[in-house]
Amino acid sequence: MDGILLQILNGLDKGSAYAMIALGLTLIFGTLGVVNFAHGALFMIGAFCAVSLQRLLGLSFETLDPTKKDFLGNPLKVKTPYIESWFGPEMGASIIDWSVPLAILFSIPIMLFVGWAMERGLIKHFYKRPHADQILVTFGLAIVMQEIIKHYYGANPIPTSAPSAFKGSLDFGVMLGFDPNVIIYPYWRLVYFAFSAAVITAVFSFLNFTTFGMVVRAGMADRETVGLLGINIDRRFTIMFGIAAAVAGLAGVMYAPINSPNYHMGMDFLVLSFVVVVVGGMGSLRGAVAAGFLLGVLESFASMNWIKDVIPGIDQIIIYLVAILILLTRPRGLMGRKGVMED
Amino acid sequence: MSNSNLTRRGLLKTGAVAGAGVALPTIFTASSAAAYTNEPTGGSVTLGFNVPQTGPYADEGADELRAYQLAVEHLNGEGDGGMLNTFSSKALKGNGILGKKVEFVTGDTQTKSDAARASAKSMIEKDGAVMITGGSSSGVAIAVQGLCQEAGVIFMAGLTHSNDTTGKDKKANGFRHFFNAYMSGAALAPVLAARYGTDRNAYHLTADYTWGWTQEASIKAATESLGWNTVNTVKTPLAATDFSSYITPVLQTDADVLVLNHYGGNMVNSLTNAVQFGLREKQVNGRDFEIVVPLFSRLMARGAGENIKGILGSTNWHWSLTDEGTQAFVKSFGTKYGFPPSQAAHTVYCQTLLYADACERAGTFNPCGVGEALEGFEFDGLGNGKTVYRADDHQCFKDVLVVKGKDNPTSEFDLLEVVEVTPAAQVTYDPEHPMFAGGNLGTCNAG
Repeated sequence: MDGILLQILNGLDKGSAYAMIALGLTLIFGTLGVVNFAHGALFMIGAFCAVSLQRLLGLSFETLDPTKKDFLGNPLKVKTPYIESWFGPEMGASIIDWSVPLAILFSIPIMLFVGWAMERGLIKHFYKRPHADQILVTFGLAIVMQEIIKHYYGANPIPTSAPSAFKGSLDFGVMLGFDPNVIIYPYWRLVYFAFSAAVITAVFSFLNFTTFGMVVRAGMADRETVGLLGINIDRRFTIMFGIAAAVAGLAGVMYAPINSPNYHMGMDFLVLSFVVVVVGGMGSLRGAVAAGFLLGVLESFASMNWIKDVIPGIDQIIIYLVAILILLTRPRGLMGRKGVMED
Repeated sequence: MSNSNLTRRGLLKTGAVAGAGVALPTIFTASSAAAYTNEPTGGSVTLGFNVPQTGPYADEGADELRAYQLAVEHLNGEGDGGMLNTFSSKALKGNGILGKKVEFVTGDTQTKSDAARASAKSMIEKDGAVMITGGSSSGVAIAVQGLCQEAGVIFMAGLTHSNDTTGKDKKANGFRHFFNAYMSGAALAPVLAARYGTDRNAYHLTADYTWGWTQEASIKAATESLGWNTVNTVKTPLAATDFSSYITPVLQTDADVLVLNHYGGNMVNSLTNAVQFGLREKQVNGRDFEIVVPLFSRLMARGAGENIKGILGSTNWHWSLTDEGTQAFVKSFGTKYGFPPSQAAHTVYCQTLLYADACERAGTFNPCGVGEALEGFEFDGLGNGKTVYRADDHQCFKDVLVVKGKDNPTSEFDLLEVVEVTPAAQVTYDPEHPMFAGGNLGTCNAG
């Protein structure tokens, strides 16, 4: 039982990232009709926003310490962050410690701009082209983006710590009546789950309770009619592209302490997230979120040892297996609208 | 009026034979003019450096390239000479190899076997490389080693740790300076037993490919022989990024040691996840839970940040060693590039010098002569103490370092500390050892 509870928590945690990326993918497909294979790269750029802010806050000046030697036997260069000299060692260290949460604010304008630039600069030229062309150009764009990141940050993962206050684990087991240390879960992963729930709720609220959101939803249902009413739906869809990019970026920012960011992390999530969108139903926002969490939980269960003993390798194929089963029995996906991408 | 005997069938046959002849790669056909593949005829000799320049190990590949460039400088008599000054063999004079200036070409393995073979083939066929070296993956090393055997050039392996490279997949034209998974197990197990006790329960997470399997088998055998019990061995997909669902089952067992048979990004993520789940603070039956990373790399350890503190593992070489050879190499490399070299840089630098030295001693670039000069060659002064290139399997036998993640690093490079130098005798095994069985060196191929 305790093992199952832990895997449910793991699944919800993985599902949080899948759901946030898939939500953005669906928003873009639903509004602009574009299959954006560069969306994983946006997740990666978000994570590198956290890395960049951590480096910016850690910018240092060097002083020589003659009492210590470096690897060549020269006096050791001791680095002191400017921020610590400006605000004092304790305050400065504390600001650096909180660099990941601060990167949320830092990343939103960057991601909105990246999304806007992508849409206006490249993707808008492919609206009337076949989906295959869109996939090729956005996939190519993703490769370009990751190579740029690799050029400036290197190929190795870069450790990006969560604030000290969120290090360690919560003993869930004790709260549920189990023995101590049986069901423990890292604080930051719980924060990530709560954060994703907040972001997803905010996006749905924006679409459902604001005039802008209602117009966008109307445009998603019937773009032509909304256009005939004199509303510039294209401009709103461009803004939605920026918002979708920001959602993926935020998912990346908060993911940075879970696994050290590397230039390839977007590709690792892209295919899975795309499967999530298809399983949830192309164009269905609720479907994307539900499928994200569902597939995250299933993937975690498939990693359990007794299941792997019965079906070796199931952890590597479970998501695709479920996708095949769902598409065979319900081609429009779990919550897809009738007629959308069914043929 | 002329009569022609040309028939449709005859034309097809002739065409097929001619086509096959044209299509046959020139590297697989002995040239009547040259005694062996790519025999240098001018005033220079070309070496082929095949390293990952793109992909997840690109940083390791970049460090290898830096070391290769340094080795070429030293061979050509430029710079401070580095380990040429400390190498026990004095055949190299700083005037190139056999009087020919050393030049090089580079290829990108992309850490993919097919891409690595293609780039090696191109360097041999188009650039005339007489030797291929480099790489950061056992799968790639085994693939390129096979190609070099067919092509008739020497392959001096880079960073490859699988037992198979000089075990079941060994080749007469292939040579490995780097240590292997068996040696990691043999060096690490006694230290683990001394520090953590002989009655531990180990749980293995293993990358699901050739290196991971041999690493797991080696550590498992070595620790079990000292009394440890293996609770479970779980294979993890190479493409896995989040290891939480593989680590949480560890909490449900009575395991008190987690062995991470992972390298590169896998190692960074699995170790980070294990620390996140509180395994470092966990106690089982009144004893501290321990994590072990059998193969450490400083470049990769940087990615795991503070999580490596106190973690035991093994490594082929470390810049903090105090022997003459190490100090000469670190000084050369550090002065030129501004930071200390990695173990990948060290092993490829040594391989280049060892190849050049063998050519000088053999008096030829002929791979069979070079191979003969390397077989059974004993040397010192290259940073690993007394070393021998065993003739039976072309594996170097030398001291192995057991290292620990440093608690108080003084810089971003100062991440590991050497806790024990395991003597070569302790990590030496019989050429017919079951973990290395099934292979055959065959005979050298000169093309």
